[in-house]
Amino acid sequence: MKLFRKLVPWILLAFAFFVLPEILSQFRLNLFGRYFSLAIVALGIDLIWGYTGLLSLGQGIFFALGGYAIAMHLLLVTKNDFTTGANGLPKFFENYGVDNLPFFWEPFWSFPVTLIAIWIIPAVVAGLVGYLIFRNRIKGVYFSIITQASLMVFYHFFNGQQKLVNGTNGLKTSTTELFGMIVGSDDAQLLLYRVTLIILPFAYLLCKFLTSGRFGDALIGIRDDEARVRFTGFNPVPFKVIVFLVAGGLAGISGALYTVQSGIVSPQYMAISMSIEMVIWVAVGGRGTLIGPIIGAVLVNYLRSLVSEALPEAWLFVQGGLFIFVVVLMPDGIYGWLTKGGAASMLSAFGIAKRAKTYPSLDLDEQVNLEPKTITPK
Amino acid sequence: MPTPILELQDVSVDFDGFFALTDLSLSLQPGELRSIIGPNGAGKTTFLDVITGKVKPTKGAVSLRGESILGLSEQKISRLGVGRKFQTPRVFNNLSVVRNLEFAAAPNKTPFHLMFETLTSSVKDEVYRIMDYVGLAPYAKVEAGSLSHGQKQWLAISMLVAQAPDVILLDEPVAGLTDDETARTAELIKSLAGDHTVVVIEHDMEFIRDLGAPVTVLHQGQLLTQGMMEEVKADPRVIEVYLGQSDDH
Repeated sequence: MKLFRKLVPWILLAFAFFVLPEILSQFRLNLFGRYFSLAIVALGIDLIWGYTGLLSLGQGIFFALGGYAIAMHLLLVTKNDFTTGANGLPKFFENYGVDNLPFFWEPFWSFPVTLIAIWIIPAVVAGLVGYLIFRNRIKGVYFSIITQASLMVFYHFFNGQQKLVNGTNGLKTSTTELFGMIVGSDDAQLLLYRVTLIILPFAYLLCKFLTSGRFGDALIGIRDDEARVRFTGFNPVPFKVIVFLVAGGLAGISGALYTVQSGIVSPQYMAISMSIEMVIWVAVGGRGTLIGPIIGAVLVNYLRSLVSEALPEAWLFVQGGLFIFVVVLMPDGIYGWLTKGGAASMLSAFGIAKRAKTYPSLDLDEQVNLEPKTITPK
Repeated sequence: MPTPILELQDVSVDFDGFFALTDLSLSLQPGELRSIIGPNGAGKTTFLDVITGKVKPTKGAVSLRGESILGLSEQKISRLGVGRKFQTPRVFNNLSVVRNLEFAAAPNKTPFHLMFETLTSSVKDEVYRIMDYVGLAPYAKVEAGSLSHGQKQWLAISMLVAQAPDVILLDEPVAGLTDDETARTAELIKSLAGDHTVVVIEHDMEFIRDLGAPVTVLHQGQLLTQGMMEEVKADPRVIEVYLGQSDDH
C-alpha cells in the first residue's frame, strides 16, 4: 500500500505522457501542456513560501524573463514572411523604425545560450534581488510588498519599451520555427507537451532534494523561527538567497514552456494578478508538500478553462470563492487535506465529526498505555 | 587571575532615553556557574541580548576569551561558542525531536554542507546520548510542536548542549515546570557547569538556592550586589528591591 502510494504520481505522469495525447483533442492537450508548465513555477513558490516562509508576489518577473528569452531566440532564428521584416530583423522592429538589433538580443542567436539563459537570467536576477532584501533583514509582509513593487517596475519597463521588446504587444512565437516545425503546429505542440512532462519531474526531484535533507530542515527552521536559526550559528541569508534563486530559475523554465505553448509572451505575464494567482494555486494544492502545488496549478487552471468556456464572466468569482473555501476549510490545501484526515477534518469544522486524536504525548506514555489493560474487568 | 571567558565592562544600553542597562560590569571564569536574579525590568534579558549580539550596547565593551565581540552578528557569536536558551522554549515545532537536535549539533553551518554532507556517526551518537540523558529518546521521531511544555524546555536545553558552546546562557529554564522537573533541571545544569560556563536567569528562588551558585542581583539595569544566596538574601538593599516590588502587587 505504501509502495502503491509512492508510485501513484509516477503512474499519473506516465498516463499524462502516453495516454492523454491519444484521448484528448489537440486543443485540450495544448491546454494541459500549459497547466503542467505552470506547475513548475508553482513548485518554486512552494519552495520559498511553503518551506521557507517567503511569500513572493513577484514570481511573474522571473516567469516572464524566461518567456522573453525563448521568444527572442525564436524570433531571431526564424526567417519566414510572418515573423521577419524587410530588414531581416523580427517584424515588429519595422513599426518603430529600428534598423539595428538592440545589443541584448545578440546572445539569443544561439540555441544553447538561450537554453541556459532561460533559467540563469531569472535565477541571477532573483539571487541579486533576494540578496539585497535578505541581507537587510527584510521579511514577512515587507518582503511581499517589495517583490510586488519590483514586479510593477518590470511590468512598466517592458510595457513601455516598444523599440526593445515590442512593449505591450509582446512577442509572438506561434508563427516562429523550432526544429524545422512551426511552433504553433500540432506536431510541435505535442513535442512541447512531452518536453514539459519530462522537465516537470526533474523540477519536482530538485525541490524534493532541497527540502528533504538537513538543508530542508534549515528552511523549515527559518520559516518557523529565523532568530533561533541565527542563535544556533546559522546565517539564514545564504539559505534564503539559494531557495529564492532556485525558485526564480524554475519560474524562468516554466515561463519559457508556457510561452511556446500559448504562442505569445507579453508584459501581461508580469501583471500583479498573475503572480497572485500563482500563489493561489499553491495554497489550493497545499503548501509545503511539493505534490500539492502541482495538483493546485493543474486543477485550478483546468477549472478556469471549464468555467470560462461555460460562463465567461464568472471565473474571477469562482476563483475568489475557491480561495476562501480552501483557506477556511482546507488550510493545508487539497493535498494536505487528503493526507491529513480528509473529509473528517472538514466535518469537524462544523462540529459534526470529532476534532482530533489524543494528545500525542499520551500515545507514548507507558502508564497511559498500560491503563486499558489494568482497568479492563476480567 | 586567568583571563575571564566572558567579560562586560561598563556596558550601557539606551533604548531612546530608557536605560535598560547602566554601566554594568561583570566577568565570568571558565567553568563557572552563575545565577542572575532581579525584579522585572531589571535588565536581565537585555543583558543576554547584549552578549548574544541581538542588541548593540550604547557604550562599553563585551569580550569573549579576551577578544571583543562587539558588533558581531548573532550567528558569528554563536559559532564562537555562546549558546542561548530563550525565555519561552523556542524549538522548531515542525521538525522532529531528533532533527531539532541534529540541526543544532551540525558542525558545519553552511548551506552546502547541509545539502551534501551527511552527519558523522559520532555526532549522531552524541545526539542520542543527549536524548537518553534527558529522557527524550522515546520521542525522537515526534514533532517538537506536540511535546509538552516541560519537554520543550528540556529539548531547548538539549539543543544548547548539542551545539556544544563554551558559554551557556539560560533565560528562565524552569518557567512553567513542575517541582519534579525543576529539581531535575537543577541537576542537569549543575552537571553542565565545569565543562561549560553557565549563566542562569531565574525568578524561582527555590531553584536558585538548589543550584548553590554565586548570585548576581540586577536592579534597574545596574549591578546591585553579588555573593552567595544566603548573603544576598540578607542584604537590606535586596530585600528592599524585592519587597518594594511586592508592595506594588
